[in-house]
Amino acid sequence: MKPAPFVRHVPRTLQQALAMLSQLAGQDGRILAGGQSLVPIMAFRLAKPAHLIDINEVEGLDRLDSDGKALTIGARVRHAAFHGPVVDNPLAALLTYVARHIAHYPIRMRGTFCGSLAHADPASEWCLTTATLGATMIARSTRGTREIAAKDFFDGIMSTALAEDELLAEVRLPLLAADAKFGFNEFSRRAGDFAMASSLVAYRVVDSKIAEARVGVGGAEPSPRRIAEAEAALNGQPPGDAAFRAAALAASDAVDPLEDHQTNAEYRRDLVRVVVRRALEHSLQ
Amino acid sequence: MSNPKPKFVGRSVARLEDRPLLLGQGRFAADVSFSGQWHMRVVRSPVAHGKLQGIDAAAALALPGVHAVWTHQDVAHIPPIPFRLTGLVELEPYRQPILAKDYVRYVGEPVAVVFATDPYIAEDAADLIELDIEPLAPVLAASGATGPFDAERATEPSIIRKSYGDVDAAFKAAHAVVALALSTGRHSGVPMETRGAVAHYDEARDILEMHGAAKVPWWNRDHIARMIGRTRTNMHLLEGHVGGGFGIRGEIYPEDVLVCAAALAFGKPIKWVEDRREHLIAANHSRQQQHRIRAAIDAEGRILAIDDEFFHDNGAYMRTHAATVPDLAAAMLPGPYRVPAYRVAGHIRLTNKTPCGTYRAPGRYESTFVRERLLDAVAAKVGVDGVEIRRRNLIATSEMPYDLHLETLGTHIVYDSGDYALLLDKTLACAGWPALQADLKKRRAAGEKVGAGVAMFVEKSGLGPSDTVRVEIRKDGKVEVITGVASIGQGVETAMAQIAADALGVDYTAIDVVHGRTDRIDQGAGAFASRVTVMCGEATRLASTKLRDKVLRLAAELMQTDASALDIVNGEIVSRDSTGPSMTLAELAQAPPGDLSAEDTFLSSHMVYPYGVHVAAVKIDSDTGAVAIERYVIGYDIGKAVNPRLVESQIAGGLAQGLGGALLEEFVYDDHGEPLSVTFADYLMPTSREVPDISILITEDAPSPLNPMGLKGAGEGGANPVGAAIASAIDDALQRPGAITDLPITPQRMKAICRQN
Repeated sequence: MKPAPFVRHVPRTLQQALAMLSQLAGQDGRILAGGQSLVPIMAFRLAKPAHLIDINEVEGLDRLDSDGKALTIGARVRHAAFHGPVVDNPLAALLTYVARHIAHYPIRMRGTFCGSLAHADPASEWCLTTATLGATMIARSTRGTREIAAKDFFDGIMSTALAEDELLAEVRLPLLAADAKFGFNEFSRRAGDFAMASSLVAYRVVDSKIAEARVGVGGAEPSPRRIAEAEAALNGQPPGDAAFRAAALAASDAVDPLEDHQTNAEYRRDLVRVVVRRALEHSLQ
Repeated sequence: MSNPKPKFVGRSVARLEDRPLLLGQGRFAADVSFSGQWHMRVVRSPVAHGKLQGIDAAAALALPGVHAVWTHQDVAHIPPIPFRLTGLVELEPYRQPILAKDYVRYVGEPVAVVFATDPYIAEDAADLIELDIEPLAPVLAASGATGPFDAERATEPSIIRKSYGDVDAAFKAAHAVVALALSTGRHSGVPMETRGAVAHYDEARDILEMHGAAKVPWWNRDHIARMIGRTRTNMHLLEGHVGGGFGIRGEIYPEDVLVCAAALAFGKPIKWVEDRREHLIAANHSRQQQHRIRAAIDAEGRILAIDDEFFHDNGAYMRTHAATVPDLAAAMLPGPYRVPAYRVAGHIRLTNKTPCGTYRAPGRYESTFVRERLLDAVAAKVGVDGVEIRRRNLIATSEMPYDLHLETLGTHIVYDSGDYALLLDKTLACAGWPALQADLKKRRAAGEKVGAGVAMFVEKSGLGPSDTVRVEIRKDGKVEVITGVASIGQGVETAMAQIAADALGVDYTAIDVVHGRTDRIDQGAGAFASRVTVMCGEATRLASTKLRDKVLRLAAELMQTDASALDIVNGEIVSRDSTGPSMTLAELAQAPPGDLSAEDTFLSSHMVYPYGVHVAAVKIDSDTGAVAIERYVIGYDIGKAVNPRLVESQIAGGLAQGLGGALLEEFVYDDHGEPLSVTFADYLMPTSREVPDISILITEDAPSPLNPMGLKGAGEGGANPVGAAIASAIDDALQRPGAITDLPITPQRMKAICRQN
């Protein structure tokens, strides 16, 4: 569990970082941010990048601010930044609640929001969050800047739409409506483990009926996504047990569950139903 | 001569071991380095079963910094690893060579080793070694028909058979028969510190040292020396701090022999530190058994006979423990109950998986699960609750000592003392059993899936045959207790110091306890089988008492008085009537003749048998299959607790491990024999979030009659019945007797059981 040889590069500016990435991407160069996923993978020699471009010194990548429409989260922002409220909007409480479920405290002190997205583990809480809330990913390279919608960004297990010379420099997460409700639930075998299924929901209540429902499911398929069938089961219904159960059932019917040695498809599908229902129940608390 | 004051035995005094550990000054295997050392990296088989056609190390040898590569032909003169315990002759062909010869038999088997200037280069080089292996079909199931394991061996090298009484007659005469098929999962002790070994040859003194020893340094010294052509007098094994033992650490493994052989061959210090992935595929696994058990009972549910057949999955080789685990499972299965007739057949089976050895409560975790499931099934059969059925079957105090008519570990099993019914009463009282039952019933009526279960067990401890201790008072007045045991973190130094302090009349902090060093005492049995406090404790008391007599005799001469008029109080020799002169131990040590030492040996041909009761209360999430433990109570009678806090710590740690095996931990293999549990993301150890608060009741109602302090060992009772207690509680929560048949109870398995409702 000693990594294979690599060269670490430490750019100070975004321009330097992008230039290095442009030059080294073809020689198996990778971005190192918090390192909480990449470094263990390197220790197992499952990844043997020849070059690491360490962006921890790059100025300006620690942005965490709002323009009143969206929260901008820079590439160096750690999970722990969300332990407290970051914006005067219901989104802040959502992020705080979700952040508490990410791994363990030491990992949250080091791992980054954008790194989590670029790594694209199916069970990642932030991948689920951005997919559910419709974030925009800002990819930078020496070739320019590209905006990628969350639904186009995730491309299967640990795979994204980022080109190999692109850095996920920022993410824009739209603010929620002032009266928005949200709920989150995940199931794992131990506290802090990768979720075997997770769900994030958000909606408004207009005239006592659910509106603008967003139901995201993570950990169950190669990438987290919104489940239109579950959202349709909610919109126009009064928030409560009947609608929540219908949405949960719709979500579990809609997913194509991943299987692994501790989770078969039937069980994973059951878990999707449970986490969606519990996330919806959480939205009323 | 009366014992001096104050008393340390029986008090929860602070551990002597903690200061360096808390200051980060511990010296674990990886902390040991010698200048000019080479690092060893093991190349392990990537396939479960195959014919080893060739090894190409050319690219590895060409890498700068690589000194050498060894394969089997370099160590062909070194015999396979010998058996330490229960070494049946028929098992000998199944011993493990230190590097694979002709065949590989499990993923992780050492095939070659690389020696390089640093551990990074060694691992780079290991990656470059090309193995030409022709894959063969792996054997992965331990039950079913027997057959060839490979060209030379069979899948079933031996069957452990034990019996007494007329089992067939009992079944013929039975009111009813209860039969179950049960299994425990493959898991093991996973210490925080992985294994490590650093060998250093001192040419000037002709001494070969190996650092990183644990558990049984003396036996390992003798046998590693024999394997590599040295003698026990020019080789030493040295134990530093040890980050957990649990049975698996400290046995002779291939890597220990390889570093020693290489240090001699190359004249360089050789360092090897295991990584976690290696640990999870290379260190001993344990616990995987399938049982088919039957009980013959009378109309009241009294057991007339038990007949058990089980299949023990031992992995690809028989390691140092040989038949120990299945033998203990077979011998200890009857537990605290009166079983008039008993028969067991334990099939030792080979599979293409990591070889197995002992793990805390070896064989008993398995057979307690099986026996206690059986008791619960008997209760259901005759329509009484789990507590009542146990009361009806418990061995009575009046029957002690109770001869089980079975043997294990070269000893005849005779339960030395015990009041099993009393401990059951006390533990249920501690758990508030009637109120707990009422509360659970109310909650079940409201729709919750909650329940409680009870499991009982007899443990064994204090394995002989002997322990020797030498006690010395140094010139500075400090007392040194030199033992032949090992410290794997359990508090040996503190407990032995407490015993010596009371016997001598000094403060326990004035005592240095030496352990795990073959260069300080020639013989030692080490630390296993919950033996240390019993065997070494009594040897310490004997030697300290002898030394006290010697001190008083020598002091009496100097002080011109009678020895019987003197006492030792807090390290000072004083007159009993508090008059006249006094003298410190240091002053006496500095006066002629100056040799203030004494040695004594405790011999014991029988083990001593602590016993316990676990009560678990659980809540099942029937949506997810998750099991939460709401309450856990442990009652354990160990005769005499030298340091109750250390005993509680042992029990709490054992519980966490038992819980792992019940709910979380499992070494899983795919259909090709590829291990799937090779990281801590896949092999799930319980963390502080999964381990519940526990109530621990230590009782001293049945001191052992086999040693003067009444000691019994406390190391394994925390782990022993956890799977059994949790299974029983889950049955109760589901109100479905016999719902749980297999461990671990993962959420997916639990959910499948819930679906059957």
